Amino acid sequence: MDKRPDKKEKEMNPDKITMICRCEDITLEEIKELIQEGYTTAEEIKRISRCGMGPCQGRTCRELLLGEIAKALGEKVGKVASTKYRPPTKPIRLGGAVKGDVNDLE
Amino acid sequence: MPSRVPGGLPKNADAVIIGGGVIGTSIAYHLAKKDFGRIILLEKSYLASGSTGRCGAGVRQQWGTKLNCLLAIDSIKAFQRMDEELDYKRGIEFKQGGYLLLAYTQREMDQFIENVRLQKELGVPVSFLTPSEAKQIVPILNTDEMYCATFCPTDGHANPFYVTDAYAAAGERLGVEIHTFTKACEILTESEKVKGVKTNRGTVFTDVVINAAGPYSAVVSKMVDLDIPFYPERHQALVTEAVEPVLGPMVMSFSRRFYCQQTPHGSFIMGMGDPKEKPGFCISSTWQFLIETAEAVTKALPPVGELSVVRQWAGSYDMTPDAHPILGSTPCEGFYLACGFSGHGFMLAPVTGKLISEIICDEELSIDIHGLDLGRFERGELVIEPSVV
Repeated sequence: MDKRPDKKEKEMNPDKITMICRCEDITLEEIKELIQEGYTTAEEIKRISRCGMGPCQGRTCRELLLGEIAKALGEKVGKVASTKYRPPTKPIRLGGAVKGDVNDLE
Repeated sequence: MPSRVPGGLPKNADAVIIGGGVIGTSIAYHLAKKDFGRIILLEKSYLASGSTGRCGAGVRQQWGTKLNCLLAIDSIKAFQRMDEELDYKRGIEFKQGGYLLLAYTQREMDQFIENVRLQKELGVPVSFLTPSEAKQIVPILNTDEMYCATFCPTDGHANPFYVTDAYAAAGERLGVEIHTFTKACEILTESEKVKGVKTNRGTVFTDVVINAAGPYSAVVSKMVDLDIPFYPERHQALVTEAVEPVLGPMVMSFSRRFYCQQTPHGSFIMGMGDPKEKPGFCISSTWQFLIETAEAVTKALPPVGELSVVRQWAGSYDMTPDAHPILGSTPCEGFYLACGFSGHGFMLAPVTGKLISEIICDEELSIDIHGLDLGRFERGELVIEPSVV
């Protein structure tokens, strides 16, 4: 789905062109809507929107999301529970975990 | 953490459901549809935070027992019309790409022949395939060492978070009150009758309590002094980056204990059972799982080895000794069980909500689930399900 807003829309609503999760294409507007709908924890928003579930594993969006929740709830960011950090630390090729996989000289 | 319903619990309710997974929310919705009165759902964390949100997201009808088949057939029908029935704007991401089950031993093939006979009798559109026929359905399949396969095109996938969310929202529109971050701590009884539930946010009085606590079912049952043979067992899963659609069906093997499916979103979800896993509440992830799954899945579906693993997690199966759920009443009046799904609660949630609401309202049951009562363990009438990963 093409979400690109036209010029007029950009001027009217900057939230629409502010990306929170780059991997899953989630805008600030969408995050604000979810909080408005009552999804007020990072874990719930992650599960409903996929914010933070992409290949960057939430490295970009996790803090931004926590900041938005904090703002909406009138809390300090440090008080907002983060989503759980899950392994692997960095994405790895599935085949790379297999014994006898090709080495990088081949 | 703020609850979904601000303020405290009401003093009285007509029914209290313990557990905000797909089973609890489905029961809440179905009870509300029958106009049961004031329905309260208690969830100690957020919705789908437990086993529901950690499951493999598959839905299938290819089971080895008549009861599981009947329950699954009914549920698939419900998934098919769920977006409309529950008026869910996101859509539950239902995909009917089928399930392709692989046999790697003679014994497994014999079991498949029997399963297919049973499934066909019950109306499941399943077929028995040679390895080369299986390869036509899944071109990336490696058929080495394979004996045969079975395929049912109407099995598939649905998004567990969305299904739970859809039931919750539809229930709330009918008046259900969902209290998240609210933990049931104690069940009040009086001469073996349920009287209420004490939570960390206050006490609610009620004559009906439904245990839909998944892996915590034994803990909740213990609150009314019932010792029920449920036990939690960790099962791990992982997901890859999203790519263009290349794999239609869920590919699964019981003897090699793995399953792998591409979701409509494009990522591949896969998991593996570990026969050495001990009962317990641990749901941490292990590197051994990653290696074992990588070996099993890349052997069966070699190109999947090129994808990056983005995330690993685990959840609990709420096991029973015969891998069938326990549904219905208990010796404690007003205390009902909807648990023990043994790893397939997500796909059976629609029919479970319907049946439990029928049981509580004392209506005629739409499916005869006589064999799924608690009494079967005392009677020694276990129905063992042979087809579980």
